[in-house]
Amino acid sequence: MADKIKVGHVHMSGCTGCLVSLADNYGGLLTILDRYADLVYGLTLADVRHIPKMDVALVEGSVCIQDKISVDEIKETREKAAVVVAVGGCACYGNITRFSRGGQPNQPQHESFLPVGDLIKVDVYIPGCAPTPQLIRNVCVMAYLLLKGNKDQQELAKKYLTPLMQLAERGTEACGCDLMYDVINQGLCMGCGSCAAACPVRAITHEYGKPNVNREMCIKCGACYAQCPRSFFNFDVITGFEGILETIDGALK
Amino acid sequence: MELSSEVNMMGTELGNYKLCVSARSTDKEILKKAQDGGIVTQLFAYALEEGIIDGAIVSGPGDEPWRPRPFVATSVEELMKSRGTRYNISPNVSFIKEATRSYGLDRIGIVGTPCQMQAVRKGQLYPAGLRDVPDKIALAIGIFCMENFPYQSIKQLVEDHAAMKLESVKKMEIGKGKFWVYGERGQVVQLPLKVTHKYEQPGCHVCLDYVANLADVSTGSVGSPDGWSTVFVRTKKGDDIWTKAIAAGCFETKSIEQVKPGLELVSKLANEKITKNQKTVEERAKFGVNKALRNPYLSPK
Ligand SMILES: Cc1cc2nc3c(=O)[nH]c(=O)nc-3n(C[C@H](O)[C@H](O)[C@H](O)COP(=O)(O)OP(=O)(O)OC[C@H]3O[C@@H](n4cnc5c(N)ncnc54)[C@H](O)[C@@H]3O)c2cc1C
Ligand code: SF4
Ligand code: SF4
Ligand code: SF4
Repeated sequence: MADKIKVGHVHMSGCTGCLVSLADNYGGLLTILDRYADLVYGLTLADVRHIPKMDVALVEGSVCIQDKISVDEIKETREKAAVVVAVGGCACYGNITRFSRGGQPNQPQHESFLPVGDLIKVDVYIPGCAPTPQLIRNVCVMAYLLLKGNKDQQELAKKYLTPLMQLAERGTEACGCDLMYDVINQGLCMGCGSCAAACPVRAITHEYGKPNVNREMCIKCGACYAQCPRSFFNFDVITGFEGILETIDGALK
Repeated sequence: MELSSEVNMMGTELGNYKLCVSARSTDKEILKKAQDGGIVTQLFAYALEEGIIDGAIVSGPGDEPWRPRPFVATSVEELMKSRGTRYNISPNVSFIKEATRSYGLDRIGIVGTPCQMQAVRKGQLYPAGLRDVPDKIALAIGIFCMENFPYQSIKQLVEDHAAMKLESVKKMEIGKGKFWVYGERGQVVQLPLKVTHKYEQPGCHVCLDYVANLADVSTGSVGSPDGWSTVFVRTKKGDDIWTKAIAAGCFETKSIEQVKPGLELVSKLANEKITKNQKTVEERAKFGVNKALRNPYLSPK
């Protein structure tokens, strides 16, 4: 397919776990790069020094506001990319970098890290620590369909991406407490257990069916709330799960 | 890239399905303690023995009488411990990642209420925290559900309203417009649903699915005679496994058109539930003074 989209991986203050997750699509990643996307920027993967124009920027990590290069780069990313995707807990919500107080070698003065959305407008969120290879894959396929697909495919991609765009609009703070504030306090929890399954640090247990968050353990990645069927549940997309999963599978064969 | 035509279809009250029958397991051992026709236990047992699944997330007895506890069953013996309905919350989906980790399952079976099937499908399409899980769901069995209860509600209903000890209860059942409590010594107490309604879990009041529209196979008692189950076979995976299980003699079946009360009652109850809860969702939009409660079907905001 000649009509590929241009994708870049922009690395802010993250542990490269997000990039590893992207790579963990193995053959799927090669298919994506072969058929759907040209990787035009990426510290570890593409030998390009300056941020070029691109369709989709996958941003990993939060932004250290004491590091001028990072601040300049994230602003430039917004100028150069049509769609900015915050990939992973750090880019979306700060995640573990929220706990930084500086003092680390060899830049002890680097102490303040902000989620990308506090500095530029972000279009799509992929929460989680690490974000899963499968969600990154799904978003990549949908981004391709949105930009290059036929009318039906664009329609589906738009509907699929909508809640992830709404998560970006929702804000830059996440915590296990979201399950209390926005699910249980709102009379919406039905005790499915998705939140506990999603938590990377096992901070969530269920007591008599309802989540109980060990708030000291929570690293603020946003996975639990994003996974909860009562944070968002878009019937128009999820009802078609069988066809969509086949479509994604087929796209990567 | 071909896009399946199924993608844009909104489910009707019974969801998409390829087949609907009345059925019951042919295994007498399973039926001894099954809630209805033993569909769930029988289908998992078959899938397990055939290597279609490596194990199943089910709900068994927990630390207190009638308190459920989700667990991963990897043998028919373990599956047998999960037979029967415990009418209070069992967070089965909490095991869906762990099942692929410490239990090492590559092909997961999972049973759950309609909302839990929604959780599984959302988890496959939007796996924010379910790394490597989406491709490992081999058989998702949904059970019909009108409402669920916190454990403490069940305790109050049985002990205060039905005046029975929880540990001496043999079976509980919701059917024919009543909540039935069967004692070990043969006593039967029925409570009108008027009494049980206020004890329901609040999250159930915005639930828009009665017959687990998103399962591979879904089943419940409603529509079929006592001891039999109504079964919807919905997906390609479900169809494949059901067809093989029938060929292997796992189930007796009757055409759903020939049993009483039949599909009409299932449709009626599904419509009643969805209409009532849709109204609750709408009322939440104007719950306060110019202040709405959240609507998860519109946005995570
Ligand atoms: C809360 C609740 C409400 C229900 N409401 C209705 C209804 O309105 N109409 C109707 O027709 N059927 C309803 N059912 C389903 C019905 O009670 C039976 O569970 C179903 O018919 C399966 O019976 P079986 O003989 O095939 O399963 P069995 O072989 O007896 O196996 C039962 C399975 O259910 C699972 N299970 C038991 N309790 C729970 C729980 N709390 N949460 C999740 N899984 C559980 C067990 O893991 C087991 O695998 C409801 C079930 C539940 C849990
Ligand atoms: S995922 Fe949401 S609905 Fe499910 S148990 Fe957790 S908070 Fe409740
Ligand atoms: S409770 Fe767990 S999943 Fe939720 S934000 Fe905290 S670390 Fe992430
Ligand atoms: S009524 Fe709906 S939300 Fe409540 S337990 Fe049943 S399926 Fe879940």
